[in-house]
Amino acid sequence: MIRLLTRDLKLAVRSGGGFGLALAFFLIVVVLVPFGVGPDASVHSLIASGVLWIGALLACLLSLDRIFATDYEDGSLDILATAPVPLEGVLAIKACAHWITTGLPLTLAAPVFGVFLNLAPDAYAWLIVTLLVGTPALSMIGAFGAALTVGLKRGGLLLSLLVLPLYVPTLIFGATAARRAGEGLDASAAVMLQGGITLLSIAVLPFAGAAALRVNLR
Amino acid sequence: MALLSVSNLSCSRGGVTILSGVSFEVAAGQAVLLQGPNGSGKTTLLRTISGLQPPVEGTVSASSDSIAYAAHADGIKATLTVAENLEFWASLFGTRGIDQALESFELTELKSRFAGRLSAGQKRRLGLARLLVTDRPIWALDEPTVSLDRSAVALFAGVIASHLKNGGAALVATHIDLGFNSDSIDLSKYRAQSHAPTGFDEAFT
Repeated sequence: MIRLLTRDLKLAVRSGGGFGLALAFFLIVVVLVPFGVGPDASVHSLIASGVLWIGALLACLLSLDRIFATDYEDGSLDILATAPVPLEGVLAIKACAHWITTGLPLTLAAPVFGVFLNLAPDAYAWLIVTLLVGTPALSMIGAFGAALTVGLKRGGLLLSLLVLPLYVPTLIFGATAARRAGEGLDASAAVMLQGGITLLSIAVLPFAGAAALRVNLR
Repeated sequence: MALLSVSNLSCSRGGVTILSGVSFEVAAGQAVLLQGPNGSGKTTLLRTISGLQPPVEGTVSASSDSIAYAAHADGIKATLTVAENLEFWASLFGTRGIDQALESFELTELKSRFAGRLSAGQKRRLGLARLLVTDRPIWALDEPTVSLDRSAVALFAGVIASHLKNGGAALVATHIDLGFNSDSIDLSKYRAQSHAPTGFDEAFT
């Protein structure tokens, strides 16, 4: 299983689109927002946590269809399905590799991008915490969506339509926690609820995703 | 004693039953060639026996853990080297050492080359080398000689012969003569009479 993780990370680095693509997209979203809403710093401060979370979420979405699509096309998925490893584990490891290549860099970069949006000083620590707690759920839900749509022509669009509604609770609690922290309020309840969603998705979705993969491999 | 025993097997593709009543046995040291025109169900039968899709009816005696399946697509990653590709599969299947597999398919000199820079035939040889690192007794091979030149086909036939000699078995869908003793099964006679959709896949076809 560890070899699968290291192989996926190696592939992400060597294909060039692994770490950089999501970060570049995140940066562009964050830079574009002030052009759209105007130069008022107080407005930026008000919407910063929401914009950062939406940016991270969209950047995560960008590489979801690659979780299984390349393995499906080159036959690796057939071999993985017949290998002596549980398909549930394969899905969990692939979601983990996706998080390391997108969720983790986005979390680390978010405070820097927060400066662009005049994020309230008290919100920085909580923004990192919410992203650390919430982005694993984005990758896990995304891997489940990718498993559902693997093998479909133009499945990327369908994947977005399937996954985005499932991202809503994570987005609400993540952005709310960072905003409340910026206003000097207690943010722990929202983070805990977000953590609950992440744990639930880690507990349930590998099984649901593996079942979807088995159907799609038929 | 049969390594693989298929009994009254029916299999479907896209919700349509295409083969029914397939029964045969493959003993240790035996190779069986699956033959039939395009669309006769060779790939579907191999995928069903390998456990990639459930049978509509009937049984396959061998556990899917004892079968190594090689399809048209080889599962090769272009941005990994030949050795990295093979090492990954070896570690996943819990076996050690890729040197023997590299040597058997004359890939030793290419082991540091990225798989994306191999020719189609070299890629195919790499894909087939995976069979050796899986260390499984039954090989289910779907058109394994595509892209191989005459000498590579002979090389591959030698590897299969060696596998059979070591107590393995092979089920091969192929149109060419591999040059070793084998039995053959014509799948045309197992073609399902009714092509009515079955099961829940019907809703998606």
